[in-house]
Amino acid sequence: MKTSATDLDLAIQVDEAARVAHALKLRRDRRERNGRILKHVFLIGVSCVMLYPLFWLLASSFKPENEIFGSLTLWPSEFRFDNYTEGWNALPKSFTVFYVNSAIVTGLSVIGNLVSCSFAAYAFARLQFTGRSFFFALMMMTLMIPYHVVLIPQYVQFLRLGWVDTYLPLVVPRFLASDAFFIFLMVQFFRQLPRELDEAAMIDGCSPFKIYWAIILPLSLPAMGTAAIFSLIWVWEDFLAPLIYLNDIKSYTVPLALRLFLDQEGKSAYGQMFAMSVLSLVPVVIFFVLFQKMIVRGIATSGMK
Amino acid sequence: MRRFFARNAPAYVFLLPWLIGFFLLALGPILASLYLSFTRYDMVNVPEWVGLDNYVYMFTRDRRFWKALDVTFTYVALAVPARLIMALGVAMLLDKGLRTIGLYRAIFYLPSLLGASIAIAILWRQLFAADGVVNQIMATFGIQGASWITNPNTSLYILAMWQFGSPMLIFLAGLRGIPRDLYEAAEIDGTPRWRQFTRITLPLLAPVIFFNLVLQTIDAFKTFSSAFIISNGTGAPADSLLFYTVYLFNEAFKFFRMGYASALAWVLLIIIAVFTAVAFFTSKYWVHYENERD
Repeated sequence: MKTSATDLDLAIQVDEAARVAHALKLRRDRRERNGRILKHVFLIGVSCVMLYPLFWLLASSFKPENEIFGSLTLWPSEFRFDNYTEGWNALPKSFTVFYVNSAIVTGLSVIGNLVSCSFAAYAFARLQFTGRSFFFALMMMTLMIPYHVVLIPQYVQFLRLGWVDTYLPLVVPRFLASDAFFIFLMVQFFRQLPRELDEAAMIDGCSPFKIYWAIILPLSLPAMGTAAIFSLIWVWEDFLAPLIYLNDIKSYTVPLALRLFLDQEGKSAYGQMFAMSVLSLVPVVIFFVLFQKMIVRGIATSGMK
Repeated sequence: MRRFFARNAPAYVFLLPWLIGFFLLALGPILASLYLSFTRYDMVNVPEWVGLDNYVYMFTRDRRFWKALDVTFTYVALAVPARLIMALGVAMLLDKGLRTIGLYRAIFYLPSLLGASIAIAILWRQLFAADGVVNQIMATFGIQGASWITNPNTSLYILAMWQFGSPMLIFLAGLRGIPRDLYEAAEIDGTPRWRQFTRITLPLLAPVIFFNLVLQTIDAFKTFSSAFIISNGTGAPADSLLFYTVYLFNEAFKFFRMGYASALAWVLLIIIAVFTAVAFFTSKYWVHYENERD
């Protein structure tokens, strides 16, 4: 008798618990649905504020000069493309020159970064050698060093070599793995690849270079892609190094050219300046849209800026 | 000996570009700039040894150095927390139960990619100018010509907040790692949301917060392009935008005081090193890693 009473008690308790749980779940569902709507409203609001400057820039690039600062409306009273056509040739050299320059610097830098950083990362992640952890620690420390600290001696050195006003000071360091961020990114990725692959290949008599080229690289295309996209965007936007090393307007990159608009005191070129600013952002936005997933994953795994 | 070479040679071949770069582009220049910091050097004459003169002058008589420190530290102290709070807040909103997260994530991240560009610095300069859009918007709300809006520092703080995307992504990855059942258990116990945040989210996210804080702070100390563009390369008006790096750049490449600029660079290096060291040594009191067992 006693046992069945406790059984009954237990059954009632279980039933009660289930009812409470159900009520809780209903309440939570309702709260979550309301919360979701609120969240969307809030997030859409934040998105609008975030995007407003970009839309303002885009709109201003199509507006006639007197309308840019006159009104807050984004929609131009008439679309004008002459800001683009005139802005392209507004500086002593045409923007064609600046884009070609930027493309040369960026292209070479990306190649340099990929080759030299993947070499170093392969050594750090997959090869055993004396001094590995020592050099790895050194590499991590270089991540912290502000560029401004090495800038002056580098400049003196490059000046002596006669490299100022060439692209060598911008490109050669990239072939020497100076952007250690990418080494770190690639090390993180290479380490996750199964070791058995290297070992099997080694037993089959593959050289370390063969393993790097035929096994590690093909398996690391996502990491290489992420590094390529980031280095492309960063080099494209780079301002300080070109500012120091390029003095001749013929060799200016796009960011340096944009700055020239500010120096021109003939105040009436805002529309052209904005049009060229828009164009300078276009490659970045295109790459972002195309490779968004890779970029997002790259940041989440490596914690890059 | 031969075996030593056979074992290590392939690795060092792969490491060679980085090793050359490390010695020629990092270690060498750092030591060279330490040496130059004890000299007077104008790039025409040979460096002239002056001992500690540069440092003594910097700390005792150089008003602009202190101004640059003031501007930079204020910026770091305000912009970094503002950006991180923004990043964490939005990451938490995105973390739970939204299906369209991808689109928001993209919109919020885009400014981080664009923010370093000169185009955006130019845009910001115009947005926050005296006759700029922000002032006009404020005026439509009845706030006329408040000086903090046209204060160029405000525009830089807002620019910093605008770029909260990358710490947001890192926070999102961190939030994903917190077990859901902790929140469910807290919910059943009737723990209020705020306490769930302080008792579950914050402690478990501490390593990620720490990581973001160190990274963003180092980054903020190095702020250059935006301040340079918005202040016309000088730190004007009245040195209010005299960021440390802008000051250093002008000393080096406008006035060719390379020795003095090297001393400035070394002080910056020491500031960043001290900050990083302090962050790491104090971290054991407020950052607990989950997989740490003792």
